[in-house]
Amino acid sequence: MCAMKSHESWGRYPKSEPARIVDLSWASDLPDLNRLPRPLLPYGKGRSYGDCCLNDGGTLLDVSGLDRFIRFDPETGLLRCEAGVTLKTILELIVPANWFLPVTPGTQIVTVGGAIANDVHGKNHHRAGSFGRHLQGFELLRSDRGKVLCSRECNRDLFEATIGGLGLTGLILWAEFQLKRILGPLIDCEKLRFESLEEFFELSTSSDKKCEYTVAWLDCMSSANKRGRGIFIRGNHSTVLLKDSAGRRAVPTLRGFNTPASLIRRPTIRAFNWVYLHTQWRHSTRSTVHYENFFYPLDRVADWNRFYGRSGFLQYQFVVPYERREGVTEILDLMAQSREVCSLSILKVFGEIESPGLLSFPRPGVTLTLDFPFQGESTLHLCEQFDQVVQKYGGAVYPAKDARMSAKSFQRYFPRWREFSSFVDPSFGSDFWRRVATPLAVSQ
Amino acid sequence: MTRRVLILGATSGIAQEASRCFAAAHARLFLVARDPEKLKALTDDLKIRGAESVETCEADLTDDSSIPLIISKSVAVWGGLDAALIAHGTLPDQMSVENDPALLRNSIEVNYVSAVSLLMQLGKAFEDQRSGVLAIIGSVAGDRGRRSNYVYGSAKAALATFVAGLRLRLATANVQVVLIKPGWVSTPMTAHLPQNFLFASAQQVGRGVYQAIISPRPIVYLPWYWKWIMRMIRSLPEPAFAKLNL
Repeated sequence: MCAMKSHESWGRYPKSEPARIVDLSWASDLPDLNRLPRPLLPYGKGRSYGDCCLNDGGTLLDVSGLDRFIRFDPETGLLRCEAGVTLKTILELIVPANWFLPVTPGTQIVTVGGAIANDVHGKNHHRAGSFGRHLQGFELLRSDRGKVLCSRECNRDLFEATIGGLGLTGLILWAEFQLKRILGPLIDCEKLRFESLEEFFELSTSSDKKCEYTVAWLDCMSSANKRGRGIFIRGNHSTVLLKDSAGRRAVPTLRGFNTPASLIRRPTIRAFNWVYLHTQWRHSTRSTVHYENFFYPLDRVADWNRFYGRSGFLQYQFVVPYERREGVTEILDLMAQSREVCSLSILKVFGEIESPGLLSFPRPGVTLTLDFPFQGESTLHLCEQFDQVVQKYGGAVYPAKDARMSAKSFQRYFPRWREFSSFVDPSFGSDFWRRVATPLAVSQ
Repeated sequence: MTRRVLILGATSGIAQEASRCFAAAHARLFLVARDPEKLKALTDDLKIRGAESVETCEADLTDDSSIPLIISKSVAVWGGLDAALIAHGTLPDQMSVENDPALLRNSIEVNYVSAVSLLMQLGKAFEDQRSGVLAIIGSVAGDRGRRSNYVYGSAKAALATFVAGLRLRLATANVQVVLIKPGWVSTPMTAHLPQNFLFASAQQVGRGVYQAIISPRPIVYLPWYWKWIMRMIRSLPEPAFAKLNL
């Protein structure tokens, strides 16, 4: 029951009401963009945490009906599909044919269009870079130029602006990208406990050499003397073959529901973290798991964002250069001093591979992700303090996760934003973009 | 095994999702719809999703004269059919049909006349091969007249009565007739309606249609809860029902 589709952001903050939602179903039967009330913004599965997928008072172009495969070569692993196809649908098709996504974020319920618009990254960033790097090309529909084919060879500037371009450069109709060969659906996974950030960085350096996927979970609510402890998770595609590939899928899906108040409170998070940390009671454990369990543990609980209650939550993801990684410690200290509850924190070292997008977030350095229930002014104030630190260390904040950064911060994190803005479709806009770009552009 | 399937009104949201289930089971599909570009997009998609082969035919299903050709083509291509799904239809705006006699007539034509015309001719073809499943999409709207969509509802009610009779006739020829009654479904057809929590996704309903065809039952409500909702609605006495303002 309950397939009612909402057009919120994943964090459910801020609240925003589009004046109109236009469902797109057929690439051959698209509305004239110039006849729709402006501003326009494509919308996929609403997995962006903040307001880059919101368009208050404007028109949302819902692409979830553009969900068809166009071409797939099982020999070369080149896939072309419409922008509304989800990574989950793609995996269901390609894994049995022994292919895998070149890059995947922590949820498979995102569209290909969304993956491009946010130039998503994953646990293999140190090997593969961001999603945009694996794109061969795509087609954009613009209000001023009609259909435009973009690739490294043609319209390269628009190609690079659209990767990480937050859906503002036009509507992506389809995309083509290169898949990666695998032997089967399983991942050889190893989990290791670490007691400090120094230990994490050592583990990360050694693991990145031999493992395709690395990430760490941090026990962010522990007391000061234990701060920096967590679990390091690393993995490689397994050479163990399964006869029945569906066999190990396991675990039924649960569904999150609106709780009257947030379930995410200091005692519940402390208890959860304690249990999670202590299930890893040995220094290291190895297992062979299905890819869904390795990459998408949270997808098992549909709509888990509802557990934060109606006020929603914020996710803060930033990156600082590796040489200045003390920025991470400083942020963790700030958080510990505050009264905010951090429900999840994830740490990862990005590799050197450059992202192709003008506005791409992934860059060499250390990236930390923190989730907070939204508690009003105090939460916003803490994030503002974080921004000061990130700027001091020459880092950046991820727009896909952001709902509050100031125009000034954004323009420091993304110095090429002005160059980017010349590629923004004149009919397109978003709550995020109006906040971070427009005010200063007008005043100057 | 349901291997050879004819889908009429293949570009509808529900038909597309049901076709994808058949494709994943490596069936052969014969798609009929009006728009050649949409048929091409469907063909590529379904082949990649696993369909063994996909044939298409452009046709306007409200045009009686095109039906015999569609049926003979689809039967000939693989030497018979295991199932046919009739999924075309329109949901007219009740206010508009009340004021526009042409629209009223068209609504009955598409939702009832063209459907029974198809059923009658397909029934004969299936009777001749003495096997197969004929599935047609009706609606919960046909279970009781409501002021908000009684024109559409009456066409679907008439269809249900027709199907009940056809089912009995074809049973002797080992042909099963399935009437599928979806509740509210989020598809382009219902995009103009305000959505509530009872709305199901086209994907959910499409999968139900697929299930209803591979293991046929006479009447299938989709999702299942509509069976109980409609049982309640039908049993309400008229004065109480009138007060509900549905």
